[in-house]
This record gives sequence, C-alpha cells and structure tokens, in this order.
Amino acid sequence: MTGALSRRALSRRALSRRALSRRALLRGLAAAVGALYAVAPAGRASASPALSAGPALPVDPVTVATLEAFADTIVPGVKRYPGDHALAGAAPGPGAVQAGAITLLRAPELGLTPLLPGLAGLLDVEATGYATTHGRPPLSLQPPLSLQPPLSLQPPFVGLRYADRAALAADLLRPGTPDQKLWLLLALVSALAFDTAAHLHTPDAVRHGHPGLAHLRFPQPDADGLWRYPRFSYQRTLADPHPSTTPSGSPA
Amino acid sequence: MNAATETTDVVVIGSGFGGAIPAYRLAAGGAKVVVLERGPWLRTEDFTHDLRLGTYTRIVDLIQGDGITVVAGNCVGGSSVVYFAASLRAPGFVFDRRGSLGHRLWPASLRRATLDPWYERVEQTLPVAQQSWHDVPYPGGLFAAACRNAGRTCNPVPVAVDLRRCTNCNWMLSGCRFDAKRSMLLNYLPAALAHGAEIRPLHEVQLIGPAVTPGYRYRVTYTTVDGDDYRVPTGGGAIEAKIVVLAAGAMATPVLLQRSAAALGGVPAAVGRYFSSNGDRVSVAAMNEDRIRDVLGLEREPGVPYEALHIGKPIGSMSYDRLDPHAAEFTRFSLQQIYFPTITNLLTRSGDAGSSWFGVEKKELSARWRSWLTVLAMTEDDNEGTFGVPPPTGAFTRLASSIGLSPLRYAPTANTLRGWAAADTEARAVLERDGLSRVRPWSDVGGALCAHPLSSCRMGDDPATSALDDSNELRGHPGLFVTDGSAVPTSLCVNPSLTIAALAERAGPAIVRRAAEFGVPVRYSDAW
Ligand SMILES: Cc1cc2nc3c(=O)[nH]c(=O)nc-3n(C[C@H](O)[C@H](O)[C@H](O)COP(=O)(O)OP(=O)(O)OC[C@H]3O[C@@H](n4cnc5c(N)ncnc54)[C@H](O)[C@@H]3O)c2cc1C
Repeated sequence: MTGALSRRALSRRALSRRALSRRALLRGLAAAVGALYAVAPAGRASASPALSAGPALPVDPVTVATLEAFADTIVPGVKRYPGDHALAGAAPGPGAVQAGAITLLRAPELGLTPLLPGLAGLLDVEATGYATTHGRPPLSLQPPLSLQPPLSLQPPFVGLRYADRAALAADLLRPGTPDQKLWLLLALVSALAFDTAAHLHTPDAVRHGHPGLAHLRFPQPDADGLWRYPRFSYQRTLADPHPSTTPSGSPA
Repeated sequence: MNAATETTDVVVIGSGFGGAIPAYRLAAGGAKVVVLERGPWLRTEDFTHDLRLGTYTRIVDLIQGDGITVVAGNCVGGSSVVYFAASLRAPGFVFDRRGSLGHRLWPASLRRATLDPWYERVEQTLPVAQQSWHDVPYPGGLFAAACRNAGRTCNPVPVAVDLRRCTNCNWMLSGCRFDAKRSMLLNYLPAALAHGAEIRPLHEVQLIGPAVTPGYRYRVTYTTVDGDDYRVPTGGGAIEAKIVVLAAGAMATPVLLQRSAAALGGVPAAVGRYFSSNGDRVSVAAMNEDRIRDVLGLEREPGVPYEALHIGKPIGSMSYDRLDPHAAEFTRFSLQQIYFPTITNLLTRSGDAGSSWFGVEKKELSARWRSWLTVLAMTEDDNEGTFGVPPPTGAFTRLASSIGLSPLRYAPTANTLRGWAAADTEARAVLERDGLSRVRPWSDVGGALCAHPLSSCRMGDDPATSALDDSNELRGHPGLFVTDGSAVPTSLCVNPSLTIAALAERAGPAIVRRAAEFGVPVRYSDAW
C-alpha cells in the first residue's frame, strides 16, 4: 500500500520535473509503434538493406543504457564487454540488444527517437520506486538523470539486478495496469528485433547470421531470397479421419 | 468536382470474399459495378518473403480493441490475400445455435443443407483442394499422429491451394508469391474485371447516405489515401448507385453504418453489436523430439523426428472429435494445427506465470522454436463484442499504416471462458500424453487474439438481435446489402472463409432481383 503510494508520488514529482505529459508520451508512443508496422515507401524499402540507423537523432547514454536494460529484460543476453552494466548477462548468447533492439527503436521510420528520453526517464522513475520499496540500494542518491553520469553511476533501472528488472517489468506489463500498453509496445519492439529482425530484409538477416534468427534456427532461403521445401511431409497416413466427415472433407 | 455526380448501377465496398463474389455475380449479369477498396492493389511479384517493416505490413492490419487484437487484410482481395486458405463447411449444429439469447440465432431459412449447394459452388470456383496425407506437411502429420496416439481422429484440412504450385514455404501471411493460394486475386476478381467491373484501390469509404440524383438510391462518399502512408488523404469523392453491397469486413462494416446512421435515417440496433471472435484460442506445444520418435515413431530425416515448425502450408490437419452435435453449447470446438510467423513468438509462454512470455526461460524455449507445434481451437463464443463510438474516419483510428485502435470491446463471458477451458484441456490431453510436449495457451497480455472477426452486423429473423434479414439486406434499407463476415450470425467452430463466401454466393440472386426491381438491367447468372 504505502509502497505503491510512495512510488506513485515519486513518479509524479519526477514527471512534473521533466514536464512530461504521460498522456502525450503514450499517444506518441502508440503512434510510433504504429509506425513500426507502417508502410515504408516501396522504393526506399528495397533500396536500403536496413532501416537506416545512421542519421538518427542523437540519444543520450542514460537513455540508451536504460532502454538496453529493458530490451535485455525481455530477451536477455550476454554482456558485450567487461563492465557492461546495461546488459545483465542473465542468459548465454546474444539477446534483444545484440539483435538490434536499439537500432529498431531509433529507426527514423518509427519517429520514436524524440520520445525515448521521456520513456527511459519514466522507466527509471519506476525503477527508483521499485528499489526504495524493495530495500535495494538507495538509487535516489544518484545525480539527476539529465546530467551525464560517469560510467560508475548507472541509471536506476540499470542499477537493478536481472531478477528485480524482470519483477518490475512483470509488474508494469500486467494487463489492466495504467501504462501497460506503453510497456507492451516497448517489449514488442524488443521482441521483434530478436524474433523477426524487423529492421532488416529477412533473407539478408538470415544469411548474415542475425543473432535472433540464428537462435531460432530460422532456415536459410534459396539463392533468390525465397523459401521452398521440396520435402515437407511424412507422406504417411497418420490418423483416421472422423467417421462423419462429408465428401468435401468438412465436418458433418 | 463541379462535374455531375458520378453514378453507377452497383457500388461494392471492400474486395474480400464478401465483396468480390457479389461483384462478379452482378457484373456477369450485366450490371455496371464499381468496387471501392481501402487498401493497395498488389501483384504476385510484390509479395515478398520478408518480415522487415514495410513489407507484409502494407497489406495486413493489426487492430487493437479493448480486450482483443484482430488481424485482417488491407488490400485488393481483402483477407483472402493474407489468409491461410483452410476451406471448411461449418458443422450442422452451428446453424441451430441459440447462444445465451435462448432462441435460434440463424435465420430459419438457413441450415447446413440449404447452404451446401453454395458451399459446393465456392469449392469448385476457388477451387478447394483436398489434401491427402502425402500433401500434409510435417506439423500437420505430427498433430495427426498425436491425435491417433490419444485415441482421437484427425483429418487433413481442405485448402484453397493449387497443390502443384505450392512450395510449402509458410509465408502465406505475406501473400502468395507462387500463385498457389487461390485468393480472390486469382478467381472472382479477375472474372468480375472481365465482365467490366472496375476496382479502385486506395479508396476508403467514409459514409453512405441517400442519393441526390433521381433514380439512384445511395450516395457513397470516400476519401482516397496515399499508397505510402494510408493516414494521408489525397482526395475524395462520391458515387451514387442503385445498389450498395457493403463488404468492408466485420471490423469495418458496422463502423461505417454507425457513422452513416444519421444520413440513412437510422440503422438497426444490432449494427455494431454481437461481434464474435469465432472463439479463437491459440496454444503452443513445446514438443519433445525423443518422445516423437519413441512414442509416435516419426522421423523426417535420419535422426530428426520433427524440428519442422517452419515447413509447410500453415494449416495441415485438424480434429473434428469435439464437434459433437449432442454436446452442450459452449463446449464444442475444432482443434487445428497451424503456423504463425515469428512476429507472434512474443506470445508463447515458457511457464504458467503471467510473465512467462519473456525472460530467461522464454529465451531457452525459443532455442527450440523448430520443435514447437501450434494449435488453434475455434470455439463457441457468446457474441459478446460491442463497437463503441465510431472514429472520425475509416473503421479505426489508424495510428500508422498498419496499426489501428478500434472502438471494439470484447470481454469474454463465462460461456466463452468455458469453451476455452474445454479446448485447453483437450489440447493437453492430445499433446501432453506420454510426455510428448508441454502445451500452454498464448499470453493474454494483448487480450484475445482473433483472425476471424464475425457477426458485427448479423443476419437473423429477430429484428432486435439481427441487423440483416435472411437475404443479407439491411433492415429498413432496400438495396443496401451486407455480405461479409459481419453477416455471419455466430462463431462457426471452423475457419470462416468458406461460409462467408457461400453466404455471399447465396445472396447473389436476391441482390440481382432487387437490382432489377430498381431498374438495373441485370439477370442472375450462375455461370463461371
Ligand atoms: C492471417 C489470417 C489467416 C486466416 N486464415 C484463414 C483460413 O485459413 N481459413 C479461413 O476460412 N479463414 C481464414 N482467415 C479469415 C478470413 O480470411 C476472413 O474471415 C475472410 O477473408 C473475411 O472476408 P470478408 O469479405 O468478410 O472481409 P475481408 O476479406 O477482410 O475484406 C474486407 C475488405 O474491405 C476493405 N475495407 C475496409 N474498410 C473499408 C472502407 N472503409 N472502404 C473500402 N474498403 C474497406 C478492407 O481493406 C478489406 O480488403 C484468416 C485471416 C487472417 C487475417
């Protein structure tokens, strides 16, 4: 009870400090993730091998680290280098981040980039609330997030251990909770990067060993970029049909 | 703009099963037909094997309501372009369903026997192929073997696929690159075009009202939309017609009518009510390869029992065992093997906890993706979906070109939940027997998931609970017909396209009769 209250109070204070309208953020995010499914102009889509991450607006390292930590909570992976704090290293092999989650989030086609700092800020506020109500290190002692912290000072969500990140994410993603759609959209982008390589043409992604598709053991296409399976059936009668099947093969 | 209003005999709204079939019958009979379609017109070469954003997303919409997410097509040919081609007649008991209203929900004139001739016509026209076990891909074979192991029967599924052309690539959601899937693009639409019908893509209808030109009844107002960003209007116009066939799909038809209610002088109360999700319920079984070999004796390559989720036509086999006409309503369903692209992998759960769709164990489960087997139960739901206030334009608020927020609300009743529980139990009984797998329903994190929206503007005999009479005509609006999935009164316990198509064929003679009455020079032709 008190925990939830203090967390909400914390959120409110932090939100007003950043003059962030949660509703505007939600709307923007919804639209942005909508754009995730959007039509890329056909010409451009086939001309560029990847959603161009190059000219994307700069995003501050705190935001990047926070969003990486969230994506890594959805599909966890190994740390990329010694002292990688954003990735918890909870699972072997590459995770959503290595699969391109941040590239996808920052893709100009999504129009999401301007909203990312606000989203990360909101997540860090939730993380601070979680930490204080679960007896974790006093993250509130850290400097304001708008300052670029030295590497040793991590954003609050990054400061959580994997189990806590996952517990908080589960909390935020529970159906019926206030901002659930917002976190679900972020989770969806993370998963799409891993499970579909949504920023790449699939034949290229598979051929170049995209880590998510490789993890699934997604099959290789033919030389022309199309999939075909000449052998596809056990070619055996494996069950008896229902006795009242009608001549067209339908149920009676 | 200052020219005289454009007129035609018939305007058809939407080009899926419900639109393409009447368009053909009317054009073949001599009427001047214009088809207005919201989505783009893609050719075979445009269909790619690609999950990159901006590819399949041009033709598939993901529509989020409250408590439900619906997938539907957005292109010339409608959902038939992206569907999985399972072509089944609904079991006889469906036509006698009473739901929770306590009276028969289908019109008295409609039974399985009365629909059979129309089913047959559609099966011949698409055409539908009967798969033998030699045509059923590995996942369907595996499901069949598990059914037999559990003492169940299992059938190969009839599919609207040219089996000789099919490469079993499993990319049906992206449209068929091999012209094997018999979508409306390969049969009814080209036939309608050959008889002079005109198809106008990227035309989104906004309103239906009374015509101003003498001799015409309805005025259909549309906007044209940008092919690269459907949110951007590029123009607009209106056409007047003597007959309107509304077939914008179960997610759009009721919304258009609600918006048009004032202009039309009111619409029946059942418009936008009684939506059915067809009781769709998806589960994923994580199969144990060793048990597949030891218990079922299957091997697809030396040393590889299965590992073939990715191979095939998406739908191979299904069990009719629980379609027992004598069982209680809300306990009957079919159970079907199906494949979904990895876009949906997020929803697969690794455990029973609510959050088990993400995290460490989920990632471990993903490593065994090739050993998953997905099953779809189609149950008897309670027609509990309701559309709220229509958005300013279109059928939903298009946040981007392929995602929308719909005013549809779906909160499953105890009856629907009972059906889902029965289906879950059966899936476990078949697939968990002898340690073959662990089965879990998809996460409900995005609400119910539905690819078979139905009933939102349904036929019936009772004016209080049905919007259409038994000839698909909107009550109180002569010459305005609804022939898409929204007209189907209840969930069907099987995939719905063949029933939608058969009902649209059946509506043909009545639409032609009405057209002739209103001065259109048209005769019904059953020719193909
Ligand atoms: C992925 C997927 C797989 C499926 N697999 C199967 C299967 O295997 N077997 C089966 O039986 N069924 C299947 N279905 C369901 C089946 O495809 C649909 O039930 C059927 O196609 C619906 O036909 P319809 O004519 O009612 O609507 P649709 O085919 O959806 O046609 C409606 C058309 O109207 C257009 N439209 C909407 N609003 C407007 C407007 N305002 N103005 C102009 N045009 C508009 C839409 O763009 C669309 O083209 C599947 C569906 C999906 C999405």
